[in-house]
Amino acid sequence: MASEPTVDLNLKTWDEVKTTTCYMCACRCGIKVYLKDGTIKYIEGNRDHPVNKGVLCGKGSAGIMQQYSPARLTKPLMRVGPRGSGEFREVEWDEALRTATTWLSQVRSTDPKKLALFTGRDQSQALTGWWATQFGTPNFAAHGGFCSVNMAAAGLYTFGGSFWEFGEPDWDRTKYFLLFGVAEDHASNPIKTGLGKLKKNGAKIVSINPVKSGYSAIADEWVGIRPGTDGLFVGALVHQLLKAGKIDLDYLARYTNAGHLVIKDPGAEDDGLIARDRYGKILVLDAKSKKPVTLDKADQVALHGEVKLPGKAKRMGVPSFQFVAERYLSDEYSAEKAATHCGIEAATIERIAGELAHAAFEQAFELDIAWTDTHGNKHDKMTGRPVSMHAMRGISAHSNGFHTCRSIHILQILLGTIDVPGGFLYKPPFPKAAPPGLKPAGKVGEVNPLKPLPGPPLGFVAGPEDLLVNEDGSPRRIDKAYSWDAPIAAHGLMHTVITNAANKDPYGIDVLFMYMANMGWNSTMNTKGIMEHLTKIDEQTGDYVIPKFIYSDAYYSETVAYADLILPDTTYLERWDCISMLDRPISEPHGPADSIRQPVVEPDRDVRAFQTVMLDLGARLGLPGMVKEDMTPKYPGGYSDYIVNHERGPGIGPLAGFRGADGSKQGIGEVNPNQLDDYIKNGCFWKYDLPEHMRYYRMANKDYLEWAQGFGFNPNANQIMFNLYSETMQKFRQAARGHGDIVPPQVHRRRVEAFFDPVPMWYAPFEEAMTDAREFPMHAITQRPMAMYHSWGSQNAWLRQILGRNWLYMERGRAKKLALKDGDWVHVTSHHGRIKVQLKLMDGVNPDTVWTWNAIGKRSGAWNLDKNAPEAKKGFLLNHIISDLLPARGDGYRYSNSDPVTGQAAWYDLRVRIEKAGGAEMSEPQFEATKRPPGLFKAAMKIGSRALKGVRS
Amino acid sequence: MTTLPDTTQPGQKKLGLVIDLDTCVGCQACAVSCKEWNTQGYSAPLTDLEPYGPDPAGAWLNRIHGYETGEGDNARGLHFPRSCLHCETPACVTVCPTGASYKRAEDGIVLVNPDTCIGCKLCSWACPYGAREYDQDDGVMKKCTLCVDRIYNENLEPEDRQPACVKACPTGARHFGDLGDENSDVSKLVKARGGFDLLPQMDYKPVNKYLPPRPRRDKAGGVKSTPLETVGKGDGSLAERVFSWIDEVLS
Amino acid sequence: MHPAYSVILFTTASGAGYGLLALLGLTGASHGSASDFWFGAVSMLVALGLITVGLLSSTFHLGHPERAWRAFSQWRSSWLSREGVLAVATYVPACLFGLLWVLPDSNETLLAVLGVMTAILAMVTVVCTAMIYASLETIRAWRHWMVVPVYVIFSIATGAVLLFALTSVFGRSGIPALGVITIVALVLAGIAKLVYWASIDNMKPIYTMGDATGLGGDVRQWELPHTSENYIQSEMGFRVARKHARKLRMIVAACLVAALVLVWAAFGFQGDAAPVFAVLAVLLVSIGAVVERWLFFAQAKHVVSLFYGEQSV
Repeated sequence: MASEPTVDLNLKTWDEVKTTTCYMCACRCGIKVYLKDGTIKYIEGNRDHPVNKGVLCGKGSAGIMQQYSPARLTKPLMRVGPRGSGEFREVEWDEALRTATTWLSQVRSTDPKKLALFTGRDQSQALTGWWATQFGTPNFAAHGGFCSVNMAAAGLYTFGGSFWEFGEPDWDRTKYFLLFGVAEDHASNPIKTGLGKLKKNGAKIVSINPVKSGYSAIADEWVGIRPGTDGLFVGALVHQLLKAGKIDLDYLARYTNAGHLVIKDPGAEDDGLIARDRYGKILVLDAKSKKPVTLDKADQVALHGEVKLPGKAKRMGVPSFQFVAERYLSDEYSAEKAATHCGIEAATIERIAGELAHAAFEQAFELDIAWTDTHGNKHDKMTGRPVSMHAMRGISAHSNGFHTCRSIHILQILLGTIDVPGGFLYKPPFPKAAPPGLKPAGKVGEVNPLKPLPGPPLGFVAGPEDLLVNEDGSPRRIDKAYSWDAPIAAHGLMHTVITNAANKDPYGIDVLFMYMANMGWNSTMNTKGIMEHLTKIDEQTGDYVIPKFIYSDAYYSETVAYADLILPDTTYLERWDCISMLDRPISEPHGPADSIRQPVVEPDRDVRAFQTVMLDLGARLGLPGMVKEDMTPKYPGGYSDYIVNHERGPGIGPLAGFRGADGSKQGIGEVNPNQLDDYIKNGCFWKYDLPEHMRYYRMANKDYLEWAQGFGFNPNANQIMFNLYSETMQKFRQAARGHGDIVPPQVHRRRVEAFFDPVPMWYAPFEEAMTDAREFPMHAITQRPMAMYHSWGSQNAWLRQILGRNWLYMERGRAKKLALKDGDWVHVTSHHGRIKVQLKLMDGVNPDTVWTWNAIGKRSGAWNLDKNAPEAKKGFLLNHIISDLLPARGDGYRYSNSDPVTGQAAWYDLRVRIEKAGGAEMSEPQFEATKRPPGLFKAAMKIGSRALKGVRS
Repeated sequence: MTTLPDTTQPGQKKLGLVIDLDTCVGCQACAVSCKEWNTQGYSAPLTDLEPYGPDPAGAWLNRIHGYETGEGDNARGLHFPRSCLHCETPACVTVCPTGASYKRAEDGIVLVNPDTCIGCKLCSWACPYGAREYDQDDGVMKKCTLCVDRIYNENLEPEDRQPACVKACPTGARHFGDLGDENSDVSKLVKARGGFDLLPQMDYKPVNKYLPPRPRRDKAGGVKSTPLETVGKGDGSLAERVFSWIDEVLS
Repeated sequence: MHPAYSVILFTTASGAGYGLLALLGLTGASHGSASDFWFGAVSMLVALGLITVGLLSSTFHLGHPERAWRAFSQWRSSWLSREGVLAVATYVPACLFGLLWVLPDSNETLLAVLGVMTAILAMVTVVCTAMIYASLETIRAWRHWMVVPVYVIFSIATGAVLLFALTSVFGRSGIPALGVITIVALVLAGIAKLVYWASIDNMKPIYTMGDATGLGGDVRQWELPHTSENYIQSEMGFRVARKHARKLRMIVAACLVAALVLVWAAFGFQGDAAPVFAVLAVLLVSIGAVVERWLFFAQAKHVVSLFYGEQSV
C-alpha cells in the first residue's frame, strides 16, 4: 500500500507582498498584493485596514484579471474615421498632449466654460475639481448627480452628514437596523462585515427594498415596497411615533431647530424664514413666559404655539416643529393611506413603528463617558439609542428622492439616534455645518478667459443668491446645476451634459473631456439618444455639435469609439493615488482615515496615470498652482509629487497623515517629503482614533468640534444645528413667490414653489404621475450585482463567468396573470422606447416591479469580448428605455428626468409594460459591433496561471 | 491511495468548513478568492477556456447558487455556496483507479494528486455534490483543497493560516476548524445552530456542515414592540392632541 | 449524463469484442481447433481488434493517457482499476488460446483450458466495466440490478451476431447451436432492455432539491452560479427529451428485431445471400448497441442536477 503523497505545505509562490488600495468599486478596501517577478499572483484584504479589516469581496479578489485584461488600451489614440466607427490611429503621448493642450488652451483663452470636464467613477475629485477651478470652467462634476446626490444632499442639508462615506451605523451596539434601497453597493465590505456583526448579536435587520436578494435575503424582515413610495412609508412611521409621543423631546430641543420660530406673515418677503432679533440671533418661544426670546434666554423652549413677533401687526412666530408635526400627523401619512400606495399592510407599518420605539427607548442604555457640550454643560453619561439606518440608490434615484431621504433623517432625529451610541455615527470630517459653507463658483463675472474660478465648481447653495444663473435666470452651467432647473445640485448633473451640449441648451461647448464615465452606454439614460448626440453634425459648421471629445479610461469601453482623443489610463495597481479627506474619505466613525495607492506593478504598455496627465496638461496650459513662477511645472514628479507637496491651505494637503517635516503631525502640518513612504510603511493608510469622549454627540460635542476645527475640517467650533425645517428650502420657495433679488423665471415658479417645501413630503415620482398607469403599469428598476462594478467587470475573465448576461425578473404570481412563463422573451416598453429581453420568474420581488442587474448588457465588440458574447446577444440595458428628459410640459419645455431639488437622475422612476415577444432569441436593440482599436488584439482562447503573462495572443 | 485511511489514531483531525446560510449574501468573495488562490497555489493552473468568448468555461472549486424556498409570506431567497465537503466515506476516493484521489489520514482533507491523476473523470461522477471539475487544459480533476497549502503554511502569518474563502468572506458566513473535536469553535457552532449535512441519506458522511437560515422575526411578537397609543386629550386633530401632550411633558 | 462518444465506442466495441472472444473460447473448448485457419485467425483478430480499439479509444480520451499505467494499482477499491487489470490480463490466455486454436495439432486439453479461461476472463472484464457504472450511488438509473446483466447480454448478443457473420462469410452459416444462441441472445437482450427501461421510467424519485440543499420542503432554482455552462452541467446535466428518447428506443428495438430477422434469414437460406444478411445483421445490431449505450448515458440523471434545478431524482 503506497503511502500518501507528500504535499508542500509551505508553498511560496510569491517573492514580495505590497499593500495598496483596491479600486474594483468605490469602497476602497485595503489590499495586499502578492507578486512574483513583477507578476501579480494573489490579492487579499489587509487585516489592519480600517475599511475592510482583512476581508475582500468577489470583485476585489478578481483584480488580477482586471490587470491582465485584453480590453486594456495600450497607447494614446486619435480618431480617424467618423465617431462611433472605432477607427483610430495610435499616437505618441507627446502628440496627444500637444493636441489636448491646443484644444484646451484655445477654450481657456476665449471662453473657459466651453470645457465640460466630467469625471465618472473618479476617486481623485480633490484633484480634478481643483484642476477645473484653476482652468476657470464651472462645468465640472463627477458622477454623483447620476448616482446618489439625493442621499448626500438630503443628509448634508439636514444634519451635516449622511450615509455612505459620511456616516455609518454603530454596528457593535445597534439593535435595530433599517436598510432602505441598498443592493450591494455603497458600501460593499463595511456593510457586509456590519451585517455579520448584527447577525451574531441578534440585532433585527429590516430591509426595505422591492427585491429580496443579497442583503435582503438574510434580513429578518423584508418589506417588499413599491419603488418610489419609501417616503410615504417613512412618513407613516413618523406619523405613528408622533401620534404616540415616542420621540426624544430632549434631543429635539438640544440639537435641532425644532424650537426655532418660523415667521408666519403671508405675503411678506421673509414669510416662512427663521425669526431672528436685530442682532441676527435666532428667536424661540419661551413656554413659560410665552414670549419670543433668544435661545440663551429661554427657560423652556416651546415646540408649538403662535406668538406675536416684533414689527407689523400680523407678524406671528410659530416653532418650526409645529409645521413638521402637522405635516406628518395629517391623514396623508396615516398607515392606511401609506399601505395603499406602498403595497405594505398597515399593520406592518404600525408594528415596525412599535418595534422602533421599543428599540430606541425601551432598550436605551448609557455609556459612562463624560463629555461637554457646546453650551459648556457637562454631562457625565452618554445616552445610547440602538436604532440605525442606511439608505442608498433605491431611495436616491427617484424624482422624489431628496424629500424621501430628508424624511428618513427626520425619523432618525425624532428617535434621537444620530451620533449616539448604538445609533448612526458620523465619520470625520463630518459633521459639517448643515449645509457646509463651501459655495459653488461660476456666477456672472466669475468665468473669465485665462483666469481661475474664485472657488470650486461644486458646493452647497444656501439660498437663491448662491445660484449660478444669469440675469435672466438662465443656467450658467452646461448641466444646469445650481440653476432653477436643479438648485441644490450638490454633485452636478453629469447625465445631462451630452444632451444639453448637443441641443446647445443653455449653450454649446467646444471640448467635452470625460474620465472613467461610460456615457456611450450604461452611465447614461436614453443610450441611443446619447450616441446620436455625440455624432450629431452642426449644420452651420459641418463639424460635430460637440466639436471635440477627449476621453480617458484604462479599458476599451463602449464610449471609446465616440471620442476624438483617447488618453489611456493605468490600472489601479500601476499607479499612485490618494483617497483624500478633501474628496470622499474612508474614515471610520471613531476617527478620520485616508489612504493611498502605490504602483505594485509596472505598466507593460504606453499608458499614463490620468492624474499625472492632468497635472502635465495643467503645466502646459500654465494653470495657476500647477506651474511655478517661471512657468515650469510645479509637480514635475506627477501625481505622487502633487500628493506630497500640494497645499490646499496652509498645512493642509491631500493626505492628513504623517505630516510635518518628521511625519509626526496629522491634519495640519508642513509638507513631509517622505510622506508616501510613511504611508507605505503603515500599509498604505493612516488613521487616528478619537478619544472616547469625542466619539459621540459630535454635533454638539465641544471637545470634538474644537479638535475638528484644529484639524482643518470646520472653520469654527460651532454646534451643528439639525434642520428638521429647512430654511434654505424656504428661501427658494420665497423666490418662486417673487420675493428677493434673485427670482426664477416665470416658467419655473410653480415647480420651485411646489418642491422647495421646507418640510419633507412625499409625492408620486414624476414619470408615474405623467404617464398612464394602464399603459405602463409596472415599475422597472436595476440593482448592482455583488460581483460587478457597473460595466468595468465585463472584461474580467472570472467575473463574467459568474454573470455574463442578465435576465428581467418578475414575480411569479404576476407572470401567471400576464400568461408569461420562465424563459419567455418579452418586450419591455416605456413611454420612451422598447427593448426585448428574456424573462425569469422569482418569488422575492414586489409584484408591481420587474428588475435586472445593471450594466451587464454590453454592446457587441466592446471590451474586446467576442462579437457573440452573451453580454451582447442576451444581455440588455434598461437605460435604452429611460428617457433623459421628461415628457413635455404644456409649453413644450422638457425638464431633465431628475429630482427637481438636486437634479439627481431619476432612473428608478421608469414605468413599463411587459408583453410576450416573438422572433429571434436575442436581446434588442442590437448595435453594430464596434471595431477593435489599434493596440488591442484578439483575446486569448485560454488562460491559466502559466499563460497569465501572455494574455495577448 | 483509494482505500480510505485509518481514522482511529489519536491526534487525527476532521478539518472542514461550516457555511452559514443565514449570513451568506451571495457576494462571490469565497468563489473568486478561491479561484485566484488556486490559479497560483496547489491547484494551479485553474484554466479558463475561451474566457472572452461567447461561452467561457473555467474550472472553479466553489460555486454560489441561489434558491428560493417557502410560499407566500414565508417565501425566502438564499445564497448557497457549494464546494467539496471532505466527506468521511467518499466514493470519489474509492472509485479512483490510480490512487490520485485520496483522503489524508491526519486531517481528513480529500485531495487530488495532480501528478498522478489520469483525468478519467470517474471521481466527479461519484460525487453527489459536484465538487470536482475537470480542467480541460491541465487534463486532471480539480477540487477544493481546504487550502492545505495555506493552513499550515509558515510563510503566512498565523492568523492567515486559514482557507482563502474563510478569510475573504466579508459577512463571516464561513468558518473553518476541526469538526472531529467537539470542543472546537466550529463544532460548538454546529451544535448551537443545528448544522446539517447535505444528502445524508447517501451516507458519504460529509464533514462540512451547513447552518440553516434562522426563522424570520417579521410578525407580531418576533421582536419586542412598544404598544403605540395616541397621546394627549381632546377632540382636536392628531396634531393638536400631540401638542397638548408635549405641553404636559414639558411643564 | 453526457454521452461521450469515445466511451460509447469503447463499451460497445470492446463489449462486442469480449463477447466474440468468449464465444470463440467456448467454441475452441468444445470443438477443438479452428475449422479453418483463416476463419480462426480473422475471428481472433476481429475480437482482439475490437477490444483493442475500444481500450485505446478510452485511453486516449483520458486527460493524461501517458499515465494510464497507473490505473492498474487500485484494484482493491476501484472497479475501473479492476477492469483495467482484467482487460490486460485477458489478453494473455486470449492470445495463447488464439495461437493454439489456429495452429494445427494443438493439445486439446490445453486448448480447452485456455478457451474456458479466456471466456471467463472476457466476461468478468465486461462485468467490471458494467460495475463501474452500477457501483455509482449518484446515478440511480445505473445503480440498478439489471445494468450488469444487460451489459453481459449485449456483449454476448453482439459477439454472437459477429461470430454468426464470420462463420457465414467463411461459408458456414448453418451451425444450429450458433444460430440458436444468436437468436436467443438477441431476444434476451431485447427483453432485458425493455424491462430495464420500464423500470427506470417508473422509478420513484427519492432525492429532492430539499435533500440536496438540506433546506427541506419545496426548493426552487433562483440564481445560477454562472451564466455559461460549466463542467458539471455539461458532464452531468445532459438532457434528452422524452419524445426523442422514445424514438431512439424504438430504433434500438427495431435494430435488434431486424438483426434477429436477418440472422434467421441467413440461417434459413444458407445460400449466397446468407453472408450479406449476416453482415447486415452486424451493422444493425451495432447501431442498436450504440444507440442503446447512448441512451444509457443520456437518460441517466445525476444527483448533482438537484443543485442545478432538477426538482427530484
